[in-house]
Amino acid sequence: MSRETQGIDSMASDDGATERIRALAVRTWRTFVDVFEGDRMGQIGLALLLIFALMGMFGPWITPHDPTEINRDDDGSALRLEAPSTDHYFGTTNMGRDVFSQVIVGARASLIVGTIAALIAVTIGTNIGLISAYYGGWTEDVLMRITDIAYALPFLPFVIVLVFLLGPSIWSIIIVIALLLWRSTARVVRSQVLSHKERPYVESARAVGASDLRIMYLHILPNVLPLAFLYAAFSVAWAVIAEANVSFLGFGDPTMISWGQMLFEAYTADAIRFAWWWVVPPGVSIMLLVMAAFFIGRTLERVTNPELRHAE
Amino acid sequence: MGLREYVVRRIFQLVITYWAFITLLFVLFRAAPGDPTSMFVMDGMDEESRQEIIADLGLDQPLYLQYVDYMGQLLSGSFGVSFRYREPVWDVLVIKFWNTIFLMGAAVICAYVIGVLAGALLGWWRGKRAERVGIVAGLMARSSPEFWTSIIVLSVFAFWLGWLPSGGMRSIGAEMAPSFSARYLSTDFVYHLVLPVMAATIYYMATPLLLMRNTMLDVLKADFIEIKKAEGLSELTILYKHAARNSILPVVTMAAIVTGTAMGGSLVIETVFNWPGMGREMVEAINYNDYPMAMGAFFLMGSVVIIMNFVADLLYVYLDPRVEYK
Repeated sequence: MSRETQGIDSMASDDGATERIRALAVRTWRTFVDVFEGDRMGQIGLALLLIFALMGMFGPWITPHDPTEINRDDDGSALRLEAPSTDHYFGTTNMGRDVFSQVIVGARASLIVGTIAALIAVTIGTNIGLISAYYGGWTEDVLMRITDIAYALPFLPFVIVLVFLLGPSIWSIIIVIALLLWRSTARVVRSQVLSHKERPYVESARAVGASDLRIMYLHILPNVLPLAFLYAAFSVAWAVIAEANVSFLGFGDPTMISWGQMLFEAYTADAIRFAWWWVVPPGVSIMLLVMAAFFIGRTLERVTNPELRHAE
Repeated sequence: MGLREYVVRRIFQLVITYWAFITLLFVLFRAAPGDPTSMFVMDGMDEESRQEIIADLGLDQPLYLQYVDYMGQLLSGSFGVSFRYREPVWDVLVIKFWNTIFLMGAAVICAYVIGVLAGALLGWWRGKRAERVGIVAGLMARSSPEFWTSIIVLSVFAFWLGWLPSGGMRSIGAEMAPSFSARYLSTDFVYHLVLPVMAATIYYMATPLLLMRNTMLDVLKADFIEIKKAEGLSELTILYKHAARNSILPVVTMAAIVTGTAMGGSLVIETVFNWPGMGREMVEAINYNDYPMAMGAFFLMGSVVIIMNFVADLLYVYLDPRVEYK
């Protein structure tokens, strides 16, 4: 037995906390395996996501060239719009930059925006849905009117105006996307909580004197968590698309390379007519990353909606 | 609660939402941090004309007076004067508004027709290989942002095959027809409309397609479908006349959300295809710091979304007699 496991064991004998955490981890892992076992699309989604995550984490260290460097010929002239070669797998841009390296480094912007914006949005949305459905009355009225107003705002124009006002940085993009993205989670979580609120387990919890907070977050929340996870997956997809749109329109973070921005540059350089090597890699990357999120979402959907589970 | 009361209540909500939306616009564009003249007005302006613009916009007034002023202006249908065109915003936007409505309206209608019909078929084909292919294709379409679909469509049909024009709304040299109907009914216009509509349709049809397929799964299990089968009706009749009709409700309510996405999507699609609409105007207005124009475009887009939300809610209670008014 290694020293590490011995350590865990001795700690577990001190108090039950570690043991409980470990049991929870085992249970989470089993659920995870259960959910994705035998679901080809979900597995493909996970595999794609893993590849992009590795690209995002280690991008700057695994690129063959510096993505911002202007590559030059032997005689010193810049290699502008070179077709793919063994030296530049995806060719070069109009500035002589290596497309392959840019695609790898570009994963980071999409992943950061996708995960953080989705996390914020789902946290806000779940809480608003939970609180409004649980308390009802004027709390619900006010929160649902706010949700309606969020639905009245056209997403992309709102994001672009606000990113313009806040300044083009990745953090303002994240905040602004999250500021509207929570609305769908809030609506679905609310309707789910409404149906849970009347169930016997809530009544009995109330009967033994559990506080509102305890009932909401310890009893009801675990039952709506699968739905929140599902909307987290969707939110990642929507946030990645939103970031790509913002960057494509030229309002992206100028200090970061992103796929949308690469296509913006290709478009403004009028290169989309012929420089397919510059256009296809970032476009396909966006599509695959969003597809990964939707594939995972579909798998989670079958957990939240068992009706869909048969015959698939 | 009766139907009438529901409608009245819904209209009241509409007014509240509109008021909140307009106020939010005011906060975004007028009370934004920093001096609006430094942020929005083009460079190279001397102090005198800067003060003039500040006075012009009423920016030297206290905020609540500005707000009252702004509300009054909006109610009288005035959006102010564009910095870039030196013309009233409304005059510039009214044509571009219709250009966008024709483009995105056509796209949303195509997306709905194709999405609903194909989605019903996917539900019918449940468990077959064709269903799986259809779902993956739908997810692929939904995973490709509008600009990416636009670039693909453009590369194939304009640059490679050369069948359709790569952008714009009318051929070079063609005069803009003076009358409304002549402008939008000409073959030249339709010729230029095809590609952007195709790009938008591919993206927007995925949502009704996948939703329709999901609701079809529930309906197809219902007893009345078995009865219809026993009656000997053809598959197509059962599918489109009986099953699809009963699964269409969630898809209808989704229309407001798809319209909202389409309004935003117009920014991207019109930029790629050089379509002289509200979306491209908005992107340019922000790039040129023309904030009355950006605000006017935002106001119109938001109005379309709010009204569509309202219509979808009313349509929902109209289509589903079982609905409880709450």
